[in-house]
Amino acid sequence: MPQPLVATNDFVVKFANVNGSGSASANGLFAKSILRMGVPIASRNIFPSNIQGLPTWFEVRVSEAGHMGRRGGVDMMVAMNPQTWDRDVAEIEPGGYLFYDSTRPMPKSKFRDDITVIGCPLTEITNAAYSDPRQRQLFKNIVYLGALSALLDMDVEAVKGAIAAQFKGKEKLVPANFAALEMGRDWAMQNLACPIGLRLKRADAVGNRIFTDGNNAAGLGAVYGGATVCAWYPITPSTSLAEAFEKHCTRLRKDPETGAKRYAIVQAEDELASIGMVVGAAWNGARAFTATSGPGVSLMQEFLGLAYFAEIPAVLFDVQRAGPSTGMPTRTQQSDLLSAAYASHGDTKHVMLLPQDPGECFTFGADAFDLADRLQTPIFVMLDLDIGMNDWLCEPFAWDPARKMDRGKVLDAEGLDAAKTFGRYLDVDGDGIPYRTWPGTHPEKGSFFTRGTSRDRYARYTEDGAPYVDNMQRLLKKFHTAKSLVPRPVTIPAKEKARDGVIFYGSTSAAMSEALAALEAQGVHLDAMRIRAFPFHQDVADFVAAHERVFVVEQNRDAQLRTLLVNEEEIDPAKLVPVLHYDGTPITARFIQSAVADRASAANVLPFRKATP
Amino acid sequence: MSYLPKPKLHHPKLPTNAIGLTRRDYEGAISTLCAGCGHDSISAAIIQACFNLSLPPHRVAKLSGIGCSSKTPTYFLGAAHGFNSVHGRMPSVLTGAYLANRDLIYLGVSGDGDSASIGFGQFAHSIRRGVNMTYIVENNGVYGLTKGQFSATSDKGSVAKKGTVNTDQPIDLAAIAVQLGASFVARSFSGDKDQLVPLIEAALLHDGAAFIDVISPCVAFNNHPGSTKSYDYVREHNDALNRLDVMLPREEITASYAPGTLTEVVQHDGSILRLRKLHEGHDATDRSSALHALMEGKSAGEIVTGLIYVEAEATPLHENLGTVPQALNALGDAELCPGVEALERINASLR
Repeated sequence: MPQPLVATNDFVVKFANVNGSGSASANGLFAKSILRMGVPIASRNIFPSNIQGLPTWFEVRVSEAGHMGRRGGVDMMVAMNPQTWDRDVAEIEPGGYLFYDSTRPMPKSKFRDDITVIGCPLTEITNAAYSDPRQRQLFKNIVYLGALSALLDMDVEAVKGAIAAQFKGKEKLVPANFAALEMGRDWAMQNLACPIGLRLKRADAVGNRIFTDGNNAAGLGAVYGGATVCAWYPITPSTSLAEAFEKHCTRLRKDPETGAKRYAIVQAEDELASIGMVVGAAWNGARAFTATSGPGVSLMQEFLGLAYFAEIPAVLFDVQRAGPSTGMPTRTQQSDLLSAAYASHGDTKHVMLLPQDPGECFTFGADAFDLADRLQTPIFVMLDLDIGMNDWLCEPFAWDPARKMDRGKVLDAEGLDAAKTFGRYLDVDGDGIPYRTWPGTHPEKGSFFTRGTSRDRYARYTEDGAPYVDNMQRLLKKFHTAKSLVPRPVTIPAKEKARDGVIFYGSTSAAMSEALAALEAQGVHLDAMRIRAFPFHQDVADFVAAHERVFVVEQNRDAQLRTLLVNEEEIDPAKLVPVLHYDGTPITARFIQSAVADRASAANVLPFRKATP
Repeated sequence: MSYLPKPKLHHPKLPTNAIGLTRRDYEGAISTLCAGCGHDSISAAIIQACFNLSLPPHRVAKLSGIGCSSKTPTYFLGAAHGFNSVHGRMPSVLTGAYLANRDLIYLGVSGDGDSASIGFGQFAHSIRRGVNMTYIVENNGVYGLTKGQFSATSDKGSVAKKGTVNTDQPIDLAAIAVQLGASFVARSFSGDKDQLVPLIEAALLHDGAAFIDVISPCVAFNNHPGSTKSYDYVREHNDALNRLDVMLPREEITASYAPGTLTEVVQHDGSILRLRKLHEGHDATDRSSALHALMEGKSAGEIVTGLIYVEAEATPLHENLGTVPQALNALGDAELCPGVEALERINASLR
């Protein structure tokens, strides 16, 4: 047997559970207890499209160094699900640990001899302590939390603090949970060799960071961004975004005196109606959004063309999941880029924002409404399941108290009286963005007919070619204007001069920063650019031009961002090397490192040979 | 060309309404529909109704889908904003517009293809939500812009211009609206302005989802013998349940009628709907009576028209949602942005 793994504040624990068994709450307590010890973690739920009875996993990466991506591999498996036992046991790293419920004896063949097996009779303990079947089930989770706290040398006060925080407002439940925790902890102390090689130690590495999921952050961003109308249709993994908006609105957006709502949320009959309501509300001067995922975006295509052509500010949060079709609805991907960027029939292009974590989900979530109003066009905020539904450790949400909503070019009654002329599609300022009016503004001036059919600069219906082309060119100019308004890409230069670069975006960010450090340690130096929006800023083309080759790291099969780069920036495809991860799990640093190192080393070798003939 | 404005000149003695506007001020661009199209009569009825009610034209938002009917908002209320949206999706766009600003009057114009086929779902859901709107379907039983295909409201046995007989059952949008909980349901005929204008007035004053199915013959593709939506057929089979007078709150009520022949409904805004019954047994304030009248009419081969159902105290969507009385689009930073302190509290709760 290999040496049992020894690591402090740097390992991966995975919980294998049955969904609907109440494990999520205990697993969340495990994660938060570690954060309370000042040790950063990255946690991920891997769950089925199901409510009860199917396998679900929760992975906690403990990383004092602050690596927030998935690492890959499992150092300790908490195997609570007989259905997945074999694959769970197989996933453990050599030298790793298996923790399981030993109430029922298991044949030796069910174990491995290169790992440390830790049995704890959880069922027996809870059956003895509780008579109610539901209690037995729920407290079993807390009992294993107690056992783990002993095995991993956790600070029990941190665990208790997490429990107390979890049951804030339901304080009656705290003592019973403390008791179950102690039950598991005592049993482990008395019967197991505690602690094991994997240990937690208090650190001061969390700082004032917050721990939250992207859907919650984006929903809050919509509140701060001034959204008043939300129309949506439930779809995983975006549902919790609309629900978060409602939760935050309930607390933050009611008239303090009357309790009346300063917002309207409608659960529509389908995605067509959701986007239709958003379009109608935005046309009428409200900030409106929908939250959806790939299949929803597919259904919204016709309306998106209308919104593009009629120039309606609409905000869409697309929490991407694995497609095509129903695909893997509870698995993550970045596979809607093309269908969002070019949504609808005819010549269309849409603005996309690409947040890297919940922090940017909040910021971009609010910014999207300013951009939509300023550009009078749909704005997509492209989350994915990994960002949207998992808790991430990120910088606290920040807000400039002086910030005001930018409602864009809207003429009110005074503005109409002062204006020499009003043409809804007239480019007065040369930026491609015309002025608009809201319905009901002025008794005589500023009314116009909004339509998806072609029209002239004064919104008068026409099927003549010249005004049509004039309008389409102006829309292109407006899209060009967008380049300077959307979030700029972030460049991370290599420590040494690098010939190659790497481009990445969205949830890949966490794994990427870890991979870059690892590659650097290997002697592979890459300049990196994180793209944060489409259309691309000039910086992007400059970055590609400055490098011999650029790796484009994405979580989809077809290299969709690379396609956009080739298409929009007319970059030679041979320069852009795709690095693609699309099995539905979040991309890992190990994957990027190995994929890039293989190709980069091959390239690195060449000049070396040339230099020494 | 539909954008051509009509000449503004008019007779100086043209009557004005309570806000000093003439009927001409409620007109739109010149219609591009076929001469004799029922839809133009409906546009004229809308103009008349808005004039009669002295509505400020710019406080009306007119929305439509796609099709001949959906073109018509260009031909009335030129001072109002209009939105010619996506085929079958007017109801969702209108719902969103209403959510944004509850203070405008929302007039949705649709057709039988737009509402009974591609948009059947949105028609249904906008009504069951109680969106405060007037929803008019200009129902000609045929696809006009694509030249004569049957629509989902074509009667079984109805003959197309080229001779095909429709074998599918028709959808009765009015009956479905009653079932869906519409708080105002009427049916009329584009050729009966006396009946149609007060129905539109009452619907515009109604605080809730008001639906009017207007049979509107298509002179180009559905006005021949064998059609059940032709001018002749509808005139012969028009069976009115009642005659409606709409009285605004400020109007003095003078006429008197024999007891039992009259029903008065006071709407939320105080307007009074005075119904002179033409059908014994039909009670316009009773949903099952309304459905019964429609079913009976269908059995008898008659087209039941008039005010079919009205609920005086309806609860529109904004009331159900519990939104503030102000228009949401009028709220500013102070009302919408919770500020830095609230954000700090949220941050603290996430540590």
